[in-house]
Amino acid sequence: MVEEESVRVVRCGGSELNFRRAVFSADSKYIFCVSGDFVKVHSTATEECVHILQGHRNLVTGIQLNPNNHLQTFVVGLKLHALFTLPSAEDSVFVIINKEKPDVFQLVSVKLPKSSSQEIEAKELSFVLDYINQSPKCIAFGNEGEYVAAVRDFYLSVYFFKKKTTSRFTLSSSRNKKHAKNNFTCVACHPKEDCIATGHKDGKIRLWRNFDDDKKYTYTCLHWHHDMVMDLAFSVTGTSLLSGGRESVLVEWRDATEKNKEFLPRLGATIEHISVSPAGDLFCTSHSDNKIIVIHRNLEASAVIQGLVKDSNIFTGLMVDPRTKALVLNGKPGHLQFYSLQHDKQLYNLDIIQQEYINDYGLIQIELTKAAFGCYGNWLATVEQRQEKETELELQMKLWMYNKKTQGFVLNTKVNMPHEDHITALCFCNAEKFENPTLVTSSKDGHFKVWILTDDSDIYKKAVGWTCDFVGSYHKYQATNCCFSEDGSLLAVSFEEIVTIWDSETWELKCTFCQRAGKIRHLCFGRLTCSKYLLGATENGILCCWNLLSCALEWSAKLNVRVMEPDPNSENIAAISRSSVGSDLFVFKPSEPRPLYIQKNISREEVQWGVFVPRDVPESFTSEAYQWLNRSQFYFLTKSQSLLTFSTKSPEEKLTPTSKQLLAEESLPTTPFYFILGKHREQQDEKINEAFESELVQLPLTENIPAISELLHTPAHVLPSASFLCSKFVSSLLLSKETKSGEEIPEDVDMEEGKESDDSDEENDFTEKIQDTNNTDLGEDLLHQLSKSEEKELRKFRKVDYSWITVL
Amino acid sequence: MFSSGRERNLRGCGLLLADAGGARCPPCAVGMGEFKVHRVRFFNYVPSGIRCVAYNNQSNRLAVSRTDGTVEIYNLSANYFQEKFFPGHESRATEALCWAKGQRLFSGGLNGEIIEYDLQALNIKYAMDAFGGPIWSMAVSPCGSQLLVGCEDGSVKLFQITPDKIQFERNFDRQKRSAVHKMLVDRQYMGVSKRKCIIWGVAFLSDGTVISVDSAGKVQFWDSATGTLVKNHLIANADVQSIAVSDQEDSFVVGTAEGTVFHFQLVSVTSNSSEKQWVRTKPFQHHTHDVRAVAHSPTALISGGTDTHLVIRPLMEKVEVKNYDAALRKITFPHRRLISCSKKRHLLLFQFAHHLELWRLGSTVATGKNGDTLPLSKDADHLLHLKTKGPENIICSCISPCGSWIAYSTTSRFFLYRLNYEHDNISLQRVSKMPAFLRSALQILFSEDSTKLFVASNQGSLHIIRLLEGSFKHLHTFQPQSGTVESMCLLAVSPDGNWLAASGTSAGVHVYNIKHLKLHCTVPAYNFPVTALAIAPSTNNLVIAHSDQQVFEYSIPDKQYTEWSRTIQKQGFHYLWLQRDTPITHISFHPKRPMHILLHDAYMFCIIDKSLPLPNDKTLLYNPLPPTNESDVIRRRTAHAFKISKIYKPLLFMDLLDERTLVAVERPLDDIIAQLPPPIKKKKFGT
Repeated sequence: MVEEESVRVVRCGGSELNFRRAVFSADSKYIFCVSGDFVKVHSTATEECVHILQGHRNLVTGIQLNPNNHLQTFVVGLKLHALFTLPSAEDSVFVIINKEKPDVFQLVSVKLPKSSSQEIEAKELSFVLDYINQSPKCIAFGNEGEYVAAVRDFYLSVYFFKKKTTSRFTLSSSRNKKHAKNNFTCVACHPKEDCIATGHKDGKIRLWRNFDDDKKYTYTCLHWHHDMVMDLAFSVTGTSLLSGGRESVLVEWRDATEKNKEFLPRLGATIEHISVSPAGDLFCTSHSDNKIIVIHRNLEASAVIQGLVKDSNIFTGLMVDPRTKALVLNGKPGHLQFYSLQHDKQLYNLDIIQQEYINDYGLIQIELTKAAFGCYGNWLATVEQRQEKETELELQMKLWMYNKKTQGFVLNTKVNMPHEDHITALCFCNAEKFENPTLVTSSKDGHFKVWILTDDSDIYKKAVGWTCDFVGSYHKYQATNCCFSEDGSLLAVSFEEIVTIWDSETWELKCTFCQRAGKIRHLCFGRLTCSKYLLGATENGILCCWNLLSCALEWSAKLNVRVMEPDPNSENIAAISRSSVGSDLFVFKPSEPRPLYIQKNISREEVQWGVFVPRDVPESFTSEAYQWLNRSQFYFLTKSQSLLTFSTKSPEEKLTPTSKQLLAEESLPTTPFYFILGKHREQQDEKINEAFESELVQLPLTENIPAISELLHTPAHVLPSASFLCSKFVSSLLLSKETKSGEEIPEDVDMEEGKESDDSDEENDFTEKIQDTNNTDLGEDLLHQLSKSEEKELRKFRKVDYSWITVL
Repeated sequence: MFSSGRERNLRGCGLLLADAGGARCPPCAVGMGEFKVHRVRFFNYVPSGIRCVAYNNQSNRLAVSRTDGTVEIYNLSANYFQEKFFPGHESRATEALCWAKGQRLFSGGLNGEIIEYDLQALNIKYAMDAFGGPIWSMAVSPCGSQLLVGCEDGSVKLFQITPDKIQFERNFDRQKRSAVHKMLVDRQYMGVSKRKCIIWGVAFLSDGTVISVDSAGKVQFWDSATGTLVKNHLIANADVQSIAVSDQEDSFVVGTAEGTVFHFQLVSVTSNSSEKQWVRTKPFQHHTHDVRAVAHSPTALISGGTDTHLVIRPLMEKVEVKNYDAALRKITFPHRRLISCSKKRHLLLFQFAHHLELWRLGSTVATGKNGDTLPLSKDADHLLHLKTKGPENIICSCISPCGSWIAYSTTSRFFLYRLNYEHDNISLQRVSKMPAFLRSALQILFSEDSTKLFVASNQGSLHIIRLLEGSFKHLHTFQPQSGTVESMCLLAVSPDGNWLAASGTSAGVHVYNIKHLKLHCTVPAYNFPVTALAIAPSTNNLVIAHSDQQVFEYSIPDKQYTEWSRTIQKQGFHYLWLQRDTPITHISFHPKRPMHILLHDAYMFCIIDKSLPLPNDKTLLYNPLPPTNESDVIRRRTAHAFKISKIYKPLLFMDLLDERTLVAVERPLDDIIAQLPPPIKKKKFGT
């Protein structure tokens, strides 16, 4: 079965959350946002993604709640540019469509045929407004659908549905300085009054009234933003107006007066969209750094839904944090972002540059250019640079140590100007036998430097620090790449066209390879059985494989390699080449020049970076061609920063089971306690029907955990104190088996857990006896072996919020 | 001050403007191609701040009172021309101004007097003490028959307006605080007082809503029945000082100490409901200083304040046609002459509120090409500083063409001085024993040969006085025509001394024969008031400029309009000419070029060459062509009768001293602002 499915390139998360305004569910518990080809449903309380709505095969362009049925949402995609619904127009919706010409858009009303299917094909279109702006921010419906306001360039058009007339108000667009930025950018309508708010390029907000009279119309100006107003929204009652823009400040204008305004500053990035929940208790802002902030009515940010930050250039490439298995790359300016691929969610941002970012056009910023993890994630090395003029290079290398206590990286050593010129590569020696962490940097100044960790203790404290141990060079050539062999015994450094091999213990030059085929662009050693091979890809499009034992070229191939990444779990090496039509993927073992797998045209764009991410659970592709995907998954990033991978399934099918369960629970916060008690109560109610049973299938079999059954079935007056039960309860939720590599839980915690789970094993014995007695009461077969998938589900609980326990 | 060598050229008449102004103040000889221009910037005139404005809907006139007590009447129907003024008085600071019973104007001030003005005779009809201390506010009952004043002692006094006076009727309860509330209706509203918060103005609407403006920057709406606050608009960080409501009560305007004027409108909440709400709509920032007074005409918002500008901002939605009336008006300078000139001795007489200054222009021997600034060989001299006695402001003043006589008048006294020049010394001798009838003059004029003095008194009569060495002789008095009491405010005498033209504010121009001492003729009355008058030498054509920017030429000997005048009336003036902002305040003639008429307003100087074709609406009125390298053909083709120069502005006075010399008196606005108290500091974004 598996063989029959073909591997295809799929978009894997990290898509834009800020493409359109997010939509709140009627009860404000969920927030819907379009994200690439899907619609994501997040919980406003926990930030968690609880559901992914799919069905579109291309970009989703709009989403609206059905105003007459809160449980329905409309979603539009391809060729329809935006969507609007009105409570008054029950069976029709409004969409923006493109007329023949590329820049001419129309607002049309679409009559929905009565249909129960998910996809609707509508034929009846009626035209409303012509020559409008494509963006849905430039259309707003007011006074329960009595009129629609559209803005474009320098004018505001208002169409009255009853009168069937259009009024148009034009602002002065003269070239002089004062009016040059009068362009309309967005529009919003007051929910109760005849008042239209428009945002402008110069940062002004105009409130239009009396616009049903072409002559007596009037407007007020509100001016605080100094740059373009990106979006506007009225609160549900209309008492306040929200606006946002480049300043990253949410402004609330109360009573639409200029003096009465409140701010929520420091939101981090340009506000792209603002939406208001129908219940009026929440706002949310979508930001240019791909995040959504949920904000309370009192202007307190309550939740941040952060996607993959796609704001800056990616210099560091893609890396995998060995601890969290998170994808690591450049994030916010000056930060490294840790992005969980599994949850499609940003874990955290690590501030590397640690300086205030000044957002100003034309300013030369400090760039985070290189980063590398070493020693199983214990060390992180980063390089930042800033070059204002040719001769003035500011360079800094930082070494960060993972602190188990704080669960984060702490700056250990800062090296100013580690090299005279740009650092071209950075690598740690990850071999186990090396007790002393070693780092090698190569630079355009012709040197490579070896840095080792040394004791830096003094009378005040014990400390470690990094110092330079060895400086190597080769005929004043620029060092372009460096790489350690898998066992750490050899270091390969490429100097332009020449590859040098150094003994990592004595730092002696062992041998050199020179192919005269251009500068070496990529360099890597083979792994496992292929560890005797060294691979190099040159600028002239030659891929070379040298045998380190014979010191001779094993084979070479003509391939214009853009990305070359070794799989840490196998001998496989992935190379992506660039041709005129697109990028092609080749997977091969260094031992054989014949590729294992070729996929042409994986992307039309240039692929910039790639990385193998080890799988938690190995796949079992039997087909030879797909075996390379069994142990690791290959991710790559294109120039337009879409993160893609190879899969037979779409990512949402692999959605973590917890989130699916959360979806089933409508009303209660999703703590484990809820799973226990909530379900228990339902059992007591004996509401056994089909739906219930089907739910049961989805749910984890929590009641099978002995400690929980004990907790639930023992009469309250004989229960021991909560603090005593607590640790048992928690440990019962843990799995007794040792994990391969602690996922998010650091090593030391794992150790303790190991002990605890031993305890709980005993506990299990004890409780099983009680269960025996209970079994007779319930007459159910509770002796159920946990299946592998259930085990996995339960492991997820460890990530669920336990803070409530402390309250007990 | 014109550094650029390329100057605008009044071509056709071969008039090349050049500039020798040099430094900031020095008087100056200015080479002007054919003309040397004395560019004068030492007239240190600062208008006083505006204290009150009152709009009269019936006559569409606006009364403006200034801090020095001057009251000016603007005719909004006649291109906002300042047609009348009542000179100020040191002890009569006006704090309140209002119209009653149609066209009657009352004011109250710090001296506690209620004053009624006679708008025909241009004097004060009577002053009556309200016996309540300084008067702070004043209002008229809606029917216009009762006048209320709020006094310093907290009392509000009600006066019945009788046809020729006002009569005290009753006194309302005293309040502890001084009555700074404006009473619009016969009802009192107890203020909203937070501590140290002063209510600067109150408006009472017919639906029972009370609007208050206060020193905390708030505009508040109150329900008068319950005394509760309905809505609060915080609009400024400084005081909101004034409020005015439109007659329809659907819009009002407030002025703040930051110089901003805010417009509030009553708009319906939704198009299909009758519920309405007050919404702040547009802010206008036309002032730099406190807006002390606002008024609301049916079509415009009017504001005035410490920065001395009177700003009339038309409401676009109320303007029927987008024409000249739809433009914003900013009136800063009086529409009358404050400067007179002695051509023979190159003297300028400047009139201030309480003194006169006599200056002798500098001179130069240098020559230069067009546009050059010529160095002065002799600086301008401040010859004389003549202070008035008493608290009254000067109404008018004049220096004789020969420079040996100065005359000026206040409301109650007329002064005539004889000047004697001995080398560089000047002696001043007052001519005493002025006749009793010469008490107050609205306009004074000397004949070209300085032997006669013409005085327009405020009774409508014109006196002719012959001047002798050190004495005078009353020759004749032209009594106003029976039935009219209108005062003459403009006079012009023909250079040959035979004709005298006099004009009032509305009726036609009367031309008198001085030789025969009789009325020669009356130029037919025109709808718009006369702004300037002059009689051309040799031809004795009377040139009349009106506030609607029309210029007429009337031949006195023929008693009819000249052919040129008929032609231009038939063809009509250029539309840009008619759209100019300020009235023509002075007309003069070139002694050698009878076809030329020189005239100016505050922003341009123009030579009308009657020999050239008239411009039509398609031709460029303001000749922007470069002065040189221009073929004569094109020049001739584009040449038209109006040669306009906008180099000198704001231009208060311009006259021809001799054939080759012009004098231009400018008063830059920046210099006025520099002399005002500093405005409220506002943080400007990005500074």
